[in-house]
Amino acid sequence: MSDKVMSIKIAGLGGMGVLTSTQILAEVFFQQGLDVKKAEVHGMSQRGGSICSDVRFGKKVFSPMIPAGEIDFLVLFQDDQFPLYEAECSVQTVILKPGMLELEKLTNKRTFNIAMLGLLSRHLDIPVDAWLKVIREVLPEKLHTVNEAAFELGRKSV
Amino acid sequence: MKRQFLMGNEAVALGALHAGAARGAGYPGTPSSEILDDFNKLGGKAEWAPNEKVAAEVALGVSFAGVRAFTTMKHVGLNVAADVLFTAAYSGVDGALVFVVADDPGLASSQNEQDTRRYAVAAGVPLLEPSDSQEAYDFTRLAFEVSERWKIPVILKLTTRVCHSGTIITPRKPDANLPTAHFERNIPYHVMVPGHARPAHRRLRQKLAEIAEWNEKEGPNLKINGSQKLGILVSGVAYQHAREAAPDASFFKIGMSYPLPMQQMLDFVASVDRAVVVEENDPYMADAVRAAGGKIESAPEMYRFGELDVTRIKRILAGDASPEAVPPRGKPPQLCAGCPHTVTFEILKKHNCIVAGDIGCYTLAALQPLATMDTQICMGASLGVGLGLRHVLPRVEAKRVVSVIGDSTFVHSGLTGLAEMAYNVPPTGHVLLILDNATTAMTGQQEHPGTGRLLDHSPTNRLDYEEVVRAMNIPNVGIFDPIRQPGEFEKALVAALEKDELTVLIVQRPCILAVARKGVKPA
Repeated sequence: MSDKVMSIKIAGLGGMGVLTSTQILAEVFFQQGLDVKKAEVHGMSQRGGSICSDVRFGKKVFSPMIPAGEIDFLVLFQDDQFPLYEAECSVQTVILKPGMLELEKLTNKRTFNIAMLGLLSRHLDIPVDAWLKVIREVLPEKLHTVNEAAFELGRKSV
Repeated sequence: MKRQFLMGNEAVALGALHAGAARGAGYPGTPSSEILDDFNKLGGKAEWAPNEKVAAEVALGVSFAGVRAFTTMKHVGLNVAADVLFTAAYSGVDGALVFVVADDPGLASSQNEQDTRRYAVAAGVPLLEPSDSQEAYDFTRLAFEVSERWKIPVILKLTTRVCHSGTIITPRKPDANLPTAHFERNIPYHVMVPGHARPAHRRLRQKLAEIAEWNEKEGPNLKINGSQKLGILVSGVAYQHAREAAPDASFFKIGMSYPLPMQQMLDFVASVDRAVVVEENDPYMADAVRAAGGKIESAPEMYRFGELDVTRIKRILAGDASPEAVPPRGKPPQLCAGCPHTVTFEILKKHNCIVAGDIGCYTLAALQPLATMDTQICMGASLGVGLGLRHVLPRVEAKRVVSVIGDSTFVHSGLTGLAEMAYNVPPTGHVLLILDNATTAMTGQQEHPGTGRLLDHSPTNRLDYEEVVRAMNIPNVGIFDPIRQPGEFEKALVAALEKDELTVLIVQRPCILAVARKGVKPA
């Protein structure tokens, strides 16, 4: 693979599952044997306020934070958060939004974050099984079926 | 051992476990809060103490028994534990004692941006500064080794971006054959009366001189020979950003920031055409190099505010001091829907109270739309500040002053404030609200002495606020559920504001997040 570091930013509000999806995303790259770093903010910012986290992977990653203009994928959990990150995007940034999902088909709305990961997974060269394995490892067993369905929903969205 | 993907805080916990730490004691504070929970989950003995000072004292006691101990806190927690640190530096330790202190440049969740490196200098204790999870693990183990070798407390300084970033680590074999706890009487070393402390101070300075020499020769500092045109002196996570901002430069990364490896630093500075120091928070290394006669460029003043990142370091290296783009403001945090604090503060707002506030989720009441908190400085200050206002304000204003403190904060440092309230009574009396939501909510719902559960949520003694308040001879005490009894609570508050007496109202309702997480039923 190339030496280029890929950078993914997930942005939403506290309580939407940003941290869980970040954990899954980073673990997927880790299990692929890549170098990976993630940066997130806890505490005060979790109380329903705007939050985002960065995941970067490649052969060698230095900073855990994405430098301005270097976001490859911006995964927005809510459309109105876009202006906060607009200046950090470039013309190459791929922006993924909730509207790209068939949200009405989501049986459990708490699996929305996993559906967004499914949507993102279409753009990354990683086998589906690797994603599902990590989802099963990170989430409690009783949530596996519903989250796997959400992931598939995202992955099949256009 | 197998590689793992760990947050910095998890790496510290694993490092402490592999170093054979006999006990970890701390008080929660973002970004340090997860370390002790992680240590407990890994099988270590961990506890929440009422505050950082007590936690540090417990850890010191463990180290006096000849084994390894650590204490965790956020940067401002070290202000509370500073009394322990400064004199434990003199007494020294028998086993090992590590202060894990997490700074918060950029104030992601703090009341100031203080730089813990200054404490290392002031107290005279070594300080290690990791830049990622691997170093958080390695330096934790090194901190125990340095502490044990020189019988001195050691600070492991983290920052938000080290604590809450995940990076890959490869752990090493755990330490084996560690000593078991035992007591050895050593009064001249453990009792810091003047006659013992005078020689102890000399011993401390001698230890620091030896550690400085060790740091010069074999300290955890990293030199990277790149271009001779630019040399960057750097520490902490700023190193990771700087490698990306200037991939061709030469680097000298400082892992032990006190005592500094000054001769090596001066040699590095002299070896490059242009030397620049890149550090978060205070210009600590910049000042030290210059005081030692080194010529080095440092960042313009504007970069001591906030975190550094790749973009800002590129600007520093370009000597760019032009104003930075102001990032758009996101949705601010707020009290959760259904939070019992909301009702309480709506009632305080309705009665136009002057609210001396404290630290916790309820500090969010200072923001719109409630805007019903008038002061907030440090843990426990609601009591003293409220009383100070009551003492001097004109009667009609004084009577509107209410101190408001959360349960965990009350146990942390409100008890002494309550003694002040009972002792130096203002002419108009005073009103204190203890907002008891049965958890340390803000930092992630940790237990404390008022919840009746230990760090691992198993049962223990529970501090009874009402009994404590009565034992301090406060004449008026009431307990209310703000959701079920808002009317009764309001009536009691109004009555208290009208009297020239002391009143404590305990406003009791579990945090909705804690209820959801642990299945705790509201009373």
